[in-house]
Amino acid sequence: MQGLNIAYMLDLIPVIAGYVPLTMFMAVVSMIAALVLAAILAIIRVMRIPVVDWIVAVFISFFRGTPLLVQLFLFYFGLPQIFSFLVEIDGVTAAILGLTLHFSAYMAESIRGAILGVDRSQWEAAESIGMTQIQLLRRIILPQAARTVAPTLMNYFIDIIKSTSLAFTLGVTEMMGAAQKEAAGSFLYVETFLVVAIFYWVIVEVLSVGQRWMERHLGKAVVR
Amino acid sequence: MSCEINVKGLVKRFGQNVVLNGIDLSLKPGERVAIIGPSGTGKSTLLRCLNFLDRPDEGRITLGDLSVDVARAGKQDILALRRRTSFVFQNYALFANKNARQNITEGLTVVRGWTREKADARAEQILAQIGLADRGDSYPAAMSGGQQQRVGIGRAMALDADLMLFDEPTSALDPEWVGEVLDLIRRIADGRQTMLIVTHEMQFAREIADRIIFMDGGRIVEQGPPDQIFGNAKDDRTRAFLRRVG
Repeated sequence: MQGLNIAYMLDLIPVIAGYVPLTMFMAVVSMIAALVLAAILAIIRVMRIPVVDWIVAVFISFFRGTPLLVQLFLFYFGLPQIFSFLVEIDGVTAAILGLTLHFSAYMAESIRGAILGVDRSQWEAAESIGMTQIQLLRRIILPQAARTVAPTLMNYFIDIIKSTSLAFTLGVTEMMGAAQKEAAGSFLYVETFLVVAIFYWVIVEVLSVGQRWMERHLGKAVVR
Repeated sequence: MSCEINVKGLVKRFGQNVVLNGIDLSLKPGERVAIIGPSGTGKSTLLRCLNFLDRPDEGRITLGDLSVDVARAGKQDILALRRRTSFVFQNYALFANKNARQNITEGLTVVRGWTREKADARAEQILAQIGLADRGDSYPAAMSGGQQQRVGIGRAMALDADLMLFDEPTSALDPEWVGEVLDLIRRIADGRQTMLIVTHEMQFAREIADRIIFMDGGRIVEQGPPDQIFGNAKDDRTRAFLRRVG
């Protein structure tokens, strides 16, 4: 067994660091889009809007029931075959699309659970003062559900960041893709992938610290 | 703000179970009516059906110029009914994400479309009336049961409704807080607010109500002025009930 090539690893740091912005760009865009979509899906399910509710149920079932990698391949290789105008769908777009749909399905179920977890009396009180369904969701129910579901959503964000590494299979040179190329040239697999692993780890840890800080401060306004 | 209220043939079923079996009820403007009776006889359900927290199956509800056939009531009818009534819950049901002031202003700004300044000014008046002038910024979780229920009543007062509905407003309270809540309701009653109150506080019902309704088995069994019901009830069931609780 040989020692690690520390000098090589140190040299690699700035190279991988250069791809952090693209990884985070994909993760943040996917997270925001997934969150918006998930909230809409969850509300449709909670309100049991006829027909649409059924379509949403199938959507969620499909995106939770199939592997993310399969979904990414479907979007990247499959969609252009169906829709000719998509011939040029680039890897980043396909990755963001796949991550968004995939994680929106998971988040929708979490958000739905949080909405249903808000005490029945909160709905009734809002109804009793004459609020419409939209008003009571927006002003009373969703703010309370958001507080419950925030830690779970943070976990999904962390999951999304790590899952962006799959974009390299679509030819995107993000952190993982860059590492793959470096390793192919140097044959120093352990060093290369160790560096990229540490990068993901540090990013996630920084976010976790941020999350704990946020929870402490948001928790101050008392609920229940 | 006040108007005649009429309920005709109100029926509510939960599955096979008939909870309200044809309720007829009229309230004159400013009339204060207390509903008493054994548990499980539909008293709360009657209140909850009047603003569609529970959807009634048959009957007609009329508030002044608003008349709703409950079997055919659409979203707009239901909203209209709710916007002319106010409801005080047994478990307070304050908005947990809003402080005392916001609980009071919420209906004014969001439902009535008042400006923030006007609603806040009204909230300050109400906070003073309910004896919580200094607690406007407190969240429900930081208040005692008695304080929470007073805010719950304040939230309902703010709506200035044609009909105030009180669903056992002191039943969930620790004994030490019952007095302050009853005092507040008494003051509202003194203002000749039309109200329908379900209560187990017999002495209180006798004091504030113009009329007592005794319900049993989903029907109104007997009604009349407090002295008549408490002193000289005609129906055996009423007398038996009053003996048990008295």
